[in-house]
Amino acid sequence: MESKSAKQADNITAWLMSAPAVILLTIFLIVPFLMAFGLSFTNLKLNSPLPTQIVGFDNYLRIFSDETINFPRALLNNFLFALVVVPVQTSLALGMAILVNRKLPFINVFRTIYFVPVATVMVVVAVIWSLIYNSPDGLMNAFVSTVTFGAIKEVAWLDNPSTAFASIMLLSIWQGAGYQMLIFLAGLQGIPLELYEAADMDGATPWQQFVKVTLPQLRNTTIFVVITTTILSFQLFDQNWVMTRGGPQDSTTTMVVKMVEQGTGSLGWIGRASAISVVFFLIVFSISLIQRKLLPEERAVN
Amino acid sequence: MKDSLSTRKLIGNIASYAVLLALAFFFTFPLVFMFMTAFKNNDIGSDPEAPSEIQLMRDVNSASAFVPNNNMGVDQFKDVFGRFNEESGNTPFWRIFFNSSLVVAIIVILGLIVNSSFAYAIARMRFWGRSALITLVVSIIIVPFQAVAIPMLLLAYKLGLQNSYQGLIIPFIAHAFSVYLFYQFFVALPKELEEAAFVDGATRFRIYWNIVLPLSGPVFATVAVLQFLAQWGNLLWPVMTLQDPKLFTLPLAMQSFFGQAPRQWGDIMAFTVMATTPTLLLFLFFQRWFVRSAVSSGVKG
Repeated sequence: MESKSAKQADNITAWLMSAPAVILLTIFLIVPFLMAFGLSFTNLKLNSPLPTQIVGFDNYLRIFSDETINFPRALLNNFLFALVVVPVQTSLALGMAILVNRKLPFINVFRTIYFVPVATVMVVVAVIWSLIYNSPDGLMNAFVSTVTFGAIKEVAWLDNPSTAFASIMLLSIWQGAGYQMLIFLAGLQGIPLELYEAADMDGATPWQQFVKVTLPQLRNTTIFVVITTTILSFQLFDQNWVMTRGGPQDSTTTMVVKMVEQGTGSLGWIGRASAISVVFFLIVFSISLIQRKLLPEERAVN
Repeated sequence: MKDSLSTRKLIGNIASYAVLLALAFFFTFPLVFMFMTAFKNNDIGSDPEAPSEIQLMRDVNSASAFVPNNNMGVDQFKDVFGRFNEESGNTPFWRIFFNSSLVVAIIVILGLIVNSSFAYAIARMRFWGRSALITLVVSIIIVPFQAVAIPMLLLAYKLGLQNSYQGLIIPFIAHAFSVYLFYQFFVALPKELEEAAFVDGATRFRIYWNIVLPLSGPVFATVAVLQFLAQWGNLLWPVMTLQDPKLFTLPLAMQSFFGQAPRQWGDIMAFTVMATTPTLLLFLFFQRWFVRSAVSSGVKG
């Protein structure tokens, strides 16, 4: 049984140990988070002599209607990216996980190799792939021209609005698949072997085992992978900024690219960029809500 | 019967290796390409007429991109150091490298201390406000940095953090997800050791420092690796906040070098080799922790 003064001492120590993190999280996360909502209703502009005014929903109307901002295109691109990259990358990663889960000699070497891109900085990845996509001289052109027997050649992958975004999607899949593979691998290793033994006894084919045992057992893992990759799709920035700056003709622009363009540098429209931040957050928040609804509560307070 | 089964198994294994190798090629060819291009002695920008430079772009256009040519060397690395030094009016390369190292090291080290002590308090101690703090941590995990970046820029102006080392470091020390990883680990530790020490009159802070920390190597390594990866590659915030080239971090310097025309591909590749080699080496040495951190950032089961 603890005395009252010991309890008080505990109170003080606990708060001393918590204080640095709590203060920093408050100043650099909670305050700016709340500010984003407030600022999105103002016309605040950096380095502007004019006084800041409350403008209601003007910023929101503006980002959705002003064609020079072209925010809907950014939103559409983020959805498009999620729609293509999430299923492709998830199935690829699942296939890889099943493959590297086999008990074969040197299998660890392959696991390591597939994970290397994840440990590579995105800006580096973007720069390397820009040379791959270089035109007319570049690996991608050499490859495509060889496999099409010269029918398709000298494509300006990143300068052409119809190929630029797909090109960025490809390298994003290349960079991210290894991470998802590891998550799936952990999930696969958590499946009780007895389930497969029982399926074997019943004469199930490998495909039946995959559909009837593996997939249902990986339900939670798959939901997690799909949701986190979807959220990452909405955060898309680095590769687009480095490779194309969102161009050509906004074909690779994203919400975060628009946010940076509007809110920083010479424009400095903090109010307008905050409205973009709020829209961005609401989307990510809705996706997280879906995750918390679908997955068993693990973050319970004990 | 038995024979056909083992034949089938053999064929299955051969097929597996074929796919494994094809995937291995897919995931490594860009990096092999980067290293090869970086170590080829030529540069398309400096003199377009020289044969060796034409050779580089010819190599880029075929399978020779992946094999050494007869003129390998470190010329392009010298070019990078020659370009990035004070005499040529640029920030020296070592300074850019130092900026990244300093910023990331401080974030990771202070982050480990600040986040783990907070996590220990909410995991183990009973105090006023505890459950509110736990709820807070769990709910702010889902707020991505991108959602607060713009107000943070305004805040950085007001607090004088704009365009400075402090501005690159301080906002990233406390990290809700790191706190959560520590919290999960501490909650699962057996209480007996700590209770014995408590009865012996040790203070809470001593218990945390002398008993809990030595047991917590794995979670510290995991959090350190996660934060290192995220911060070493951080581009968004430096793009938003930095104007002074002397403070540029590797990703920002790389992006701005990459954006200069005409593109000196060879030099750019030498730069990327130098920027990414530290992370690749760390990865090879601490593979286990990279893998563990990737998995622990996922769900269990």
